[in-house]
Amino acid sequence: MSPHVDPVAFVDERLGAAGPLRKALRYVFPEHWSFLLGEMALYAFVVLLATGTFLALFFEPSTAQTTWHGPYAPLDGAQVSVAYGSALDLSLTVPGGLLMRQTHHWAALLFVVAITLHLLRVVFTGAFRKPRELTYAVGVTLLMLAVLEGYVGYSLLDDLLSGMGLAIGYSTALSLPGIGGALGTLLWDGAFPGGPAFVPRLFIAHVFILPAVIATLIGLHLWMVVRTRHAQFPGPGRRERNVVGSPMWPAYALRSLGWLFAVAAVLVLLGGLVQINPVWQWGPYEPWVGENGAQPDWYLGWLIGALRLMPNWEAAVFGRTIIPNPFFGGVVFPGIVFGFLYALPAVDRVFFTHDQAEHHLLDRARDNPRRSGVLAAMLVFVVLIFFFGSADRVFLTLSIPYELQLWLARGLVFVAPALAYVLVRRWCLALRRADAHPLRAVDAELVPPPRTDDTLATTAERG
Amino acid sequence: MTRRRALALAVCAAVVCGWPAPSRAQSPQRHVGAGRTSGPALYDDGCVSCHGPDARGVPGRAPSLRGVGAAALDFYLATGRMPLADATIEPPRSQPPVYGAAQRHALIAYLTQLQPGGDPIPAVRPQLGDLARGRRLFADSCSGCHQIVAKGGVDPVIVAPALDEVTPLEIGEAIRVGPYLMPRFDERRLDAHDVDSIARYITEVAQHPPDRGGWGIGNVGPIPEGLVVWLLAGGVLIVVARIIGRRATG
Amino acid sequence: MRRLLWRVLELLAILRGVVRAAREPPADERDDDGIDPSCRVTPSSPGAERALAVLLVLAGLGLAAFGVLIAVDADPRLLGAVLGGGLACLAAALIVAGLRIVPQEVAVEERPPLGDERARAAALEQLRGGTEGVSRRRLIVGAAGAAGTGLAAAAVLPITALGPGAHVLDESPWRAGVALVDEDGQPIGADAVPVGSFATAFPAGADRRELGSPVVVVHVDPRTLDLPAERRTWAPEGLLAFSKICTHAGCAVSLFRYPLYEPTSDAPALVCPCHYSTFDVRRAAKVTLGPAGRPLPQLPLRIDARRRLVAGGPLSGSVGPAWWGTQRG
Repeated sequence: MSPHVDPVAFVDERLGAAGPLRKALRYVFPEHWSFLLGEMALYAFVVLLATGTFLALFFEPSTAQTTWHGPYAPLDGAQVSVAYGSALDLSLTVPGGLLMRQTHHWAALLFVVAITLHLLRVVFTGAFRKPRELTYAVGVTLLMLAVLEGYVGYSLLDDLLSGMGLAIGYSTALSLPGIGGALGTLLWDGAFPGGPAFVPRLFIAHVFILPAVIATLIGLHLWMVVRTRHAQFPGPGRRERNVVGSPMWPAYALRSLGWLFAVAAVLVLLGGLVQINPVWQWGPYEPWVGENGAQPDWYLGWLIGALRLMPNWEAAVFGRTIIPNPFFGGVVFPGIVFGFLYALPAVDRVFFTHDQAEHHLLDRARDNPRRSGVLAAMLVFVVLIFFFGSADRVFLTLSIPYELQLWLARGLVFVAPALAYVLVRRWCLALRRADAHPLRAVDAELVPPPRTDDTLATTAERG
Repeated sequence: MTRRRALALAVCAAVVCGWPAPSRAQSPQRHVGAGRTSGPALYDDGCVSCHGPDARGVPGRAPSLRGVGAAALDFYLATGRMPLADATIEPPRSQPPVYGAAQRHALIAYLTQLQPGGDPIPAVRPQLGDLARGRRLFADSCSGCHQIVAKGGVDPVIVAPALDEVTPLEIGEAIRVGPYLMPRFDERRLDAHDVDSIARYITEVAQHPPDRGGWGIGNVGPIPEGLVVWLLAGGVLIVVARIIGRRATG
Repeated sequence: MRRLLWRVLELLAILRGVVRAAREPPADERDDDGIDPSCRVTPSSPGAERALAVLLVLAGLGLAAFGVLIAVDADPRLLGAVLGGGLACLAAALIVAGLRIVPQEVAVEERPPLGDERARAAALEQLRGGTEGVSRRRLIVGAAGAAGTGLAAAAVLPITALGPGAHVLDESPWRAGVALVDEDGQPIGADAVPVGSFATAFPAGADRRELGSPVVVVHVDPRTLDLPAERRTWAPEGLLAFSKICTHAGCAVSLFRYPLYEPTSDAPALVCPCHYSTFDVRRAAKVTLGPAGRPLPQLPLRIDARRRLVAGGPLSGSVGPAWWGTQRG
């Protein structure tokens, strides 16, 4: 059979693809809007690849100095790095360049938003339980890599904000006990602001190494999802051993493709109509120049918050620093958060569910009040520190003095999570007793009566 | 419930970004000096309670005004920061100023003749400045407090105001005087051409940033960008997701 | 020995199986409500089909317009609106088709079972078969360990050769007699920085991008200085110089505040705008707020015969962010 007469037969006779194709077309997707959050991340990644390819054709990763000339008078004739100069050209002279750059940047922000929302759905519904622990661990790794990839990406441009961000990254690398000094000078090809190899290294990490790893892990994540099939919320006819929903073909495929274009449309509209990271306004970076109100992209806000919140402790012996201060906010704090996320399936099994069984029916948050309480506490902890990261802008616009916010936040990071745990756990228990759905008015999800997983918590509550 | 929450979030977002113009503190002493044009009379009416008789200052309350120069006097009066009802706060810029031009001239003339000295009111001509040099000087000497596009900043105790509405003259006076906690820069540190260049950068670029990429969302960088991606992009897409993800049948 | 180890492993595997079997709910019947949710509806909606056609045509127009506009280098806002609009129409078309036009079906698929004890046992058997007849097992394992360690070392250790090493971190071009120059390379006179002002300075003739280079010169009222005894001579006429690189996270300490009237205001300070570490300049940059763990290194100043600022010695400590073993003084 020749390919143009019957392509399906052509491929099938050579690869035996019809069987898998038939299965794929019948693959069942459970229906709930929150299952689209992971796809949103996937499609943001698609947009990142498409726009990033365009940008890579124009960007020149070099720290060599050049005199820039172009249609922005305050920088016309300025001495800048080739990297920054090409970012200016991309933004100001390349046709469609600014649209692509802005869409790329918005897509990077949305990529991490989508992963975060997806993660929240997964943890609060217990979707990380057996048999999905590995799928979950790959997902957490993807979150970490997405944050790193975003940071490396906006650091490439060698504008004022990226340079200040790199200084902080460098200090955090330096703060690692024992190896910090060697590691920092190794990565930066010398002391900050780095040798001539540094920006090319960032570039190769940003356009090849990290995207390749991310793409591979996305593939692995999806393969693992398909192996176990999607988890599903409880509902009529839904059991642990089946999956109820829309088959891939035709309805789901069309809707999902529509979702891809919806994500792309929002990102392109933002890219064209809402300005992001106007590097010509920030100006070039020099180590002796700083600006007030410099901030990282949102997904690093929790780290700037931690760095600012930390009292000025440093471990020292015999007048020598052993553990520099950025280690606490820049390494220990994210270490705790990601450590907690990686350990969550084990923690959940040992402390909250006490079972080894497979779970394909999702919990509602109330089904495991103690798990939900602990998750809420962790969330409040991180979100609080995240918001403290913008305390300077809050001072500027709302006149709440920075120092007051500092002391308030230092107290709240201990009090608020404890309070969140107590309140959320009580709320879950109350909801279970009333069996009311907090979103029933807008979400017509049907749910069976509570199952018996959390009898322990209920007894403890009564005791 | 969710709609109200979204509205509240949107309001918070707008406030944090500083989109609505910050409300001006209205001086409670608007009536002071109404109709008067004599320097000593104006001084006795609006200034003497803090700055003391003969402008010698009151220890711990307000500085002496003798020999401070016309630039400082004009800056505080013309930006509406003086006279001040509550001597403990740093007031924001407030327009129109309490005293009209004639009254300001009378006050300045009275105080400068008490004891000469200080900087005269500078002549600032931004059109003579060099935009590139102005940007570079602003980045080196001003952006640490006022932010690189002059949208304002803070240190742990005080706000460095946004320069969205300041005039070239106010810029020149502030550079020479160093009001409140601002450092001061004299002729030898920044000459007249430098001041012209900085004033040109502020009035031409920072006050009207060329937002080639669309809506400028405040020109302060990642915080409004984060709000837009969470609230606007996230909000729209969750609505779309709920349309796509709803139960198709049954 | 080897046999015993395998026995233990087998036992563990069996035990795990037993434990799991005991804890697992017997079957899926527990939550079987007897409802079969499967159904298939074929919608027939001429209205939706018309809407689909309109949306697809609009999408085609928008996307084609984008192609034309980018060729004529149109405004990015217009490009974004046209391309985004086209994509939005395409998205709407596909969603309408997926929800209103094609057959809507709820299907039930049984999950494939995960884990197969027989396959597992067979795989273990295969693995075990691979070492059949090996007698000096421990020797070989040890030797293989040595080879593995060597391989790891060969893979990892070259990394250390790539970097210059931490010794470069302590370098700074400041020495006694080096002149302070401004951004344009002009020497800075002692009278160029009035009381209450600041200026960025670099060592004459050195690489100014090096972290050890930029210093910030501040001028305070000499009567208010509160320096340690050994630094009394470092601040002629109240002129002080400190490294401009924050000792916390390496940002430029670009905020200098100096009160015009101190009784109703705050003390002079250098502040880093990244994390708001605050350094009291009159007390040798002592940290008064924020996360910085040590003061900014101070540069001793001299005023030479031509009243120009000159370094009176090297910086008082390590510049910028700390690492393992940084001198704190």
